[in-house]
Amino acid sequence: MAAKLAGFCEELRGEGVAVGTSELLDAFAALSEVDWTSRDDFREALAATIAKSQDDRRVFELLFERYFFRTAEAEAVQRGVTEHAEGGPPAGDGERFDMDELSEAIREAMAAGDEDRLRDLARLAIAAFGRGEGSGVVGVDVQRIRRTLGLTAGSQPPGEDGGERPPIDRDQLTGFERHLRRELERDLIERTETLPPSRPLAELDRALPTSPTQDLAAVHRAVSQMKRRLATLGHEQRGRRKGQMVDVRRTMRASLETGGVPLRLRYRPKRPRRPEIYVLCDVSTSVTSASVFFLSVLHALHDSFRKLRSFVFIERISEVTEVFERERDFATVAQRISSEGGVADVSGYTDYGRVWLEFLSEISEELDPRSTVIVLGDARTNGREPHAEVFAQIAERAGRLFWLNPEPKLYWNYGDSVMAAYERHCDGAFECWTTRHLENFVNVVAGAAPAPE
Amino acid sequence: MAEGSVAEVKDALAQVGYLADEPAALVSFLAQKLGKPVLVEGPAGVGKTELAKALSRATGRELVRLQCYEGLDESKAMYEWNYRKQLLRIQAGGAQGDWEDVQEDIFSADFLLTRPLMRAIASPEPVVLLIDEIDKTDQEFEAMLLELLSDFQITIPELGQISATTMPIVVLTSNDSRELTEALKRRCLYLWLDYPELERELEIVRLHAPELPETLARRLVEVIRMVRELDLKKPPSIAESIDWARTLLLLGAEDIDRETFTQSMSIIVKHRTDIDLVAERVGVKLTEAPSPAS
Repeated sequence: MAAKLAGFCEELRGEGVAVGTSELLDAFAALSEVDWTSRDDFREALAATIAKSQDDRRVFELLFERYFFRTAEAEAVQRGVTEHAEGGPPAGDGERFDMDELSEAIREAMAAGDEDRLRDLARLAIAAFGRGEGSGVVGVDVQRIRRTLGLTAGSQPPGEDGGERPPIDRDQLTGFERHLRRELERDLIERTETLPPSRPLAELDRALPTSPTQDLAAVHRAVSQMKRRLATLGHEQRGRRKGQMVDVRRTMRASLETGGVPLRLRYRPKRPRRPEIYVLCDVSTSVTSASVFFLSVLHALHDSFRKLRSFVFIERISEVTEVFERERDFATVAQRISSEGGVADVSGYTDYGRVWLEFLSEISEELDPRSTVIVLGDARTNGREPHAEVFAQIAERAGRLFWLNPEPKLYWNYGDSVMAAYERHCDGAFECWTTRHLENFVNVVAGAAPAPE
Repeated sequence: MAEGSVAEVKDALAQVGYLADEPAALVSFLAQKLGKPVLVEGPAGVGKTELAKALSRATGRELVRLQCYEGLDESKAMYEWNYRKQLLRIQAGGAQGDWEDVQEDIFSADFLLTRPLMRAIASPEPVVLLIDEIDKTDQEFEAMLLELLSDFQITIPELGQISATTMPIVVLTSNDSRELTEALKRRCLYLWLDYPELERELEIVRLHAPELPETLARRLVEVIRMVRELDLKKPPSIAESIDWARTLLLLGAEDIDRETFTQSMSIIVKHRTDIDLVAERVGVKLTEAPSPAS
């Protein structure tokens, strides 16, 4: 047993769950207190000592099933055998015959809301129908099995004995499908001996998402990390700064330790300024998802900024601040932004020059030394006039101006990119194609770190 | 309590009014047997603080509570020297008396103000120590807690080490607003408390609002679950379910129809945007109020 447990921990470490030796020792201690015949107790005791966050718990669940309870499948096959024997199969029709009984049993379990039984029945269903004919795609198999069992939501045709059957609730059916899906995934894991590729990784150094659908978890993760960092701003003031004011009250308090003599001076903490942010994001096809991701992150952090206004542009500007305030679902936001009218014109290609002209004429009166303007774009103007002098005017009016380029630095000024013309006027031009870049940038914006060069 | 098994822990907690699910009972049991602290995470309002309070009631131990906030430091959490008393002592003993005596005196236990953590460690009776909302503090505070959590002792430079004579049960709660440090998590057992299943929530509501008829309570819990599935800024918690149950009792409602729901919605939903969303999605699923007989 000890070896198996140690092997399990090795597997967990391989999947990125940090399991230290002390945690392994705790796990042994915990298991010695718990009754092993109850599978749930066993699993919970292990989880409490080894999986110390929700992400870790997910990986733990998958690996746990694979490691410790493979016998459930063997059992399902066995039960299939006994069911065969009970009713006396008609010639050559072994599978069909199981179906009605299984279907009935599933209906009962759904009506009773018995999750454990549903899971066992899901296993049985897969063992009976799923193997061998599976297409390998989990979703398709789930639907196929459901149809074979004749389970649809809503009212049901009368049962074999002619009696009334209660209608199946859609949610209950979804729950059963969920069990089917998990069991199929488990099956797939065992057959291929790897975890499915979409498991979440706990690293920050991933590329920015390229499609809206995979993003929600990424946004949340990035946001929660950044919020923590932003919250600890102002606590680290290293080195001497000019112009710090002595806080008299705290100095007096500290002087009590030294008999009333202020030997140690305490300074007023320098609160980080809360900037006003104006963001302009390019949403032409090459850059869209990164833009929307960036905007979501900024809006989730909106309480760190005094004011936040966001705009998207392709050839003209469109303000999208309310979209973020009204919608919280990332996918809806992405869809609303892409369907917003007035951003693209006939050609659908970015025209930076025109964008600056519009920005200057409409918004720039509101810029003041406290404001920060951020532009997210690849500076590819498709051969149109870049209007760098207009950009320079904007840079003058705003307190700080940053450019985020989702292309690696090597590609700047290559082709139709006019990055050099704009870079001159910026307080900082950053490449921004992984979450780590994004995070560094947010720190700069919020004033925690000085801009490089 | 808790000598025997997980089931006994669960019963003991149920008797003092806290309906724990299996993982919670198991982790409480392990915490007492192994003497390790418990880190409870979960959304707001699911009963994390209540678990600690229930444990203290069930075991008969006193509850020592440290409420964490940003900027909490050692002097408010662990101990502080009573400067004023020390100064007075110095001034009083300054005329006559040996400096050696005075020096020993002012750094003795009389001049130490004990804050919650110190109180929990130095207590002669066993206690339950609740460190609430530890995710609001910073990493330096967590680092300070490490010695306490692993060895249950505090080091005071002038006095030396103070070790716990009785093992406290330590419960840390967190709202998951930030990642806690690895070092802290390593020393604790982990428990995730989530919104409960329908049956369990029904039991909890009936426990705290027993006069509510069963059908109405069930309907209430179903509606709350519908509300939770929406993407709200602040989903309703268990405490809010209980409040709503009590409100319905006061209103004398017999069923949750659209009108009752709109009237009492602000008990469970606490943001303007959320109220709009809930009224739109859930309100329309409820039946119209029966028209008053005229």
